[in-house]
Amino acid sequence: MFIPGNNPGMMQDAHVYAPDSIMLDLEDSVTLEEKDAARLLVYNALQSVDYGEIEMVVRINPLGSPYGHKDVQAAVKAGAHVIRMPKTETAEEVVELEKAIEQIETSLGCVGRTKIMAAIESAQGVMNAFAIATASKRMMGIALGAEDYCANLKTSRSKEGAELLYARQTIVVAARAAGIDALDTVYSDLNDMDSFRAELRLIKQLGFDGKSIINPRQIEIVNEIFAPTQKEIEKACAILAGIKEAQKRGSGVIAVDGKMVDRPVVMRAQRCIDLAIASGIITKEDVYE
Amino acid sequence: MNKIANRVKQIEAMAQKTGFPVYSEGKNPLVRGKIATPRKELQQASPKLVSLEEAIRQSGLKDGMTISFHHHFRSGDKVINMVVDKLAEMGFKHLHLAASSLIDVHEPLIAHIRNGIISRISTSGLRGALGAAISHGLMDEPVIFRSHGGRAAAIANGELHIDVAFLGAPSCDSLGNACGYAQGENVKSICGSLGYAKVDAQYADKVVIITDSLMPYPNTPNSISERDVDFVVEVDSIGDAAKISSGAIRDSKNPRDLLLAQTAAKVVINGGYFQNGFSIQTGTGGASLAVVKFIREKMIEKNIKASFALGGITTHMVKLHEEGLIERLIDVQSFDRGAAESLINNRMHKEVSANEYASALEIGSAVHWLDMVILSALEVDVNFNANVLVGSDGVIRGAIGGHPDTAADAALSIIVCPLLRGRIPCVVDEVTTLITPGTSVDVIVTDYGVAVNPNRPEIAERLKVAHVNVVQIHDLKEKARKIIGDADPLPFGERTVGIVMSRDGSVMDIVRNIKDK
Repeated sequence: MFIPGNNPGMMQDAHVYAPDSIMLDLEDSVTLEEKDAARLLVYNALQSVDYGEIEMVVRINPLGSPYGHKDVQAAVKAGAHVIRMPKTETAEEVVELEKAIEQIETSLGCVGRTKIMAAIESAQGVMNAFAIATASKRMMGIALGAEDYCANLKTSRSKEGAELLYARQTIVVAARAAGIDALDTVYSDLNDMDSFRAELRLIKQLGFDGKSIINPRQIEIVNEIFAPTQKEIEKACAILAGIKEAQKRGSGVIAVDGKMVDRPVVMRAQRCIDLAIASGIITKEDVYE
Repeated sequence: MNKIANRVKQIEAMAQKTGFPVYSEGKNPLVRGKIATPRKELQQASPKLVSLEEAIRQSGLKDGMTISFHHHFRSGDKVINMVVDKLAEMGFKHLHLAASSLIDVHEPLIAHIRNGIISRISTSGLRGALGAAISHGLMDEPVIFRSHGGRAAAIANGELHIDVAFLGAPSCDSLGNACGYAQGENVKSICGSLGYAKVDAQYADKVVIITDSLMPYPNTPNSISERDVDFVVEVDSIGDAAKISSGAIRDSKNPRDLLLAQTAAKVVINGGYFQNGFSIQTGTGGASLAVVKFIREKMIEKNIKASFALGGITTHMVKLHEEGLIERLIDVQSFDRGAAESLINNRMHKEVSANEYASALEIGSAVHWLDMVILSALEVDVNFNANVLVGSDGVIRGAIGGHPDTAADAALSIIVCPLLRGRIPCVVDEVTTLITPGTSVDVIVTDYGVAVNPNRPEIAERLKVAHVNVVQIHDLKEKARKIIGDADPLPFGERTVGIVMSRDGSVMDIVRNIKDK
């Protein structure tokens, strides 16, 4: 969930809506005059607000701008889990960010703590998606930024999203090939939840791991679409229980409902349970008790 | 020979024996003789139909007496200011103003208090400049605050004796049949239920109805019967129609309201009382209205119907009633136009007096039969006490309403309250003013988790099973303190400016004057 880095009220209690990840933004939602104040606010929010188990991301300004390196410094020092790099176009940019992070982490004695997410927001970025996704071992995901991408493509966003199809598929394939997450762009019309639902169904089918949102009201709908059904959860539970049982017996292969369960099936089952927990349908205790 | 003349002696003997007088044509002045005037003409000359000044004069009102008003016209009300202006003009002094509540529009009372026309006030609440002025010590006598049920009980048992009630009514005939709407007639404004006014009409020594829509006799149905009415005053306007009944309050899109509502709905659904035939009351805040929406979905899904919804009725509740999800509506106050119109259109929408609604002393009052109530609060504390009257700045800015009545009598009372309002913590060590005692509050829903009164462990268990985030009230308070820090103590003075009455007629708390910093 995107939270403007200049809004202390929202930073203060964004976590009560239980998003999976909160992205405190220092880039587009903050005006030039407020860049320094917002950086200070974000730093202090990360230091003082109890965000619990929510993944904390900071979107920095481009490294080439006068603010980018200061943003990295503040975010890494404050202990952000992930730094989101905007408008990423090449692998070299990722490497530059990695170096900056590593330098700060070295001085703090916490090398390897901060992960990187790259936002791909241009045609060049899409063409380089795989190179970007594999540019650093810190990469945890790549995300589509549709507004800038559409401007760059000389088109505009439509409800159906035909203009984004290539970028979306490229990003998902690149992320999968690199073994990291693929995250979809925001949907900004808060008064059209039906179209938001339709877009979620589309990106889920394309293979995305999640969607960026701009308002807590969107969380429930994302969970609704991404959440597994009760039947899927039951099946996943049966598979995981079967595997546990099989491991006890020293066997790696089992059958559930007469079908052989191999590694990809187990991984899908685990993913299903993770999603069910993330969506609040079941709790950890339900599965692991 | 069986003629009357032959029975005169026996008639006289029996009259003497029973103590009744002997019949004589026209002898009893209370019985009207035959009048041949067409009745339409006669109604227009009803002896009850007088000017406001005449009504005041004939009512026998004297300095120091108690006058009463209702607040069904909300911020559209012109009646209180109109009547008190007239009383000032006529030279009355030291009156006791007993209103069911007072709000922003009653700011002109400040001048009347300064001029000695009003020297005592009883009300459910105070808002705006009037509340602030009284908090700063405007009055010599403390204001007596009562809940809606507490006021009705005090009027019924004589603790609060009303000499003259001035009751605005959207429709009334010349004999005093008054109503908060009108069946089949166009009236200037409608307020729906006249539940609070019904008590005053029943118990006041003299009752003056003030209306701007004088109806042909008989004005049916009526909330207040001509039997209880002494005078009818026709005026140009009793208030601003748009403010007397506003359009339906729009659904909140505020994410915090929705989160609170969703959580409150989970408590309602999983608290143990959500079953066929349940009964419920909710407020009118954004979160309360959204709760109705979430509960509705679950009622349809689980095929559960409510027997009644109580209280201030809103369009949201009316919709559920019209969908068949709530069998009956019990209405002491109609909060918006949709609710007021529903009284006209829906036979199972019942208007009740404040006594029938929430009196602690009436076995049949509806709150005694209420499963669940969803309330809000300005503050709650670690002992589950709630304050809905005095702001965190020490200034009187709210109203008790039916808060302590419904909390005490509902089987499950739920208070919905954000942990913080801006930089003001809403879960504190001790409430600024005690209005609803913690023993009657079962669950507090905040955006940071749900606290359950230790008296109700079974509810905590049910909620945990349903994956509701149940937390300790002390942890909530600590969380708020950690974010906001410790506030300086409020600069209260030594004078008492308000007395909070419990619904049982005892003194619960006092409000002290606040000093300017």
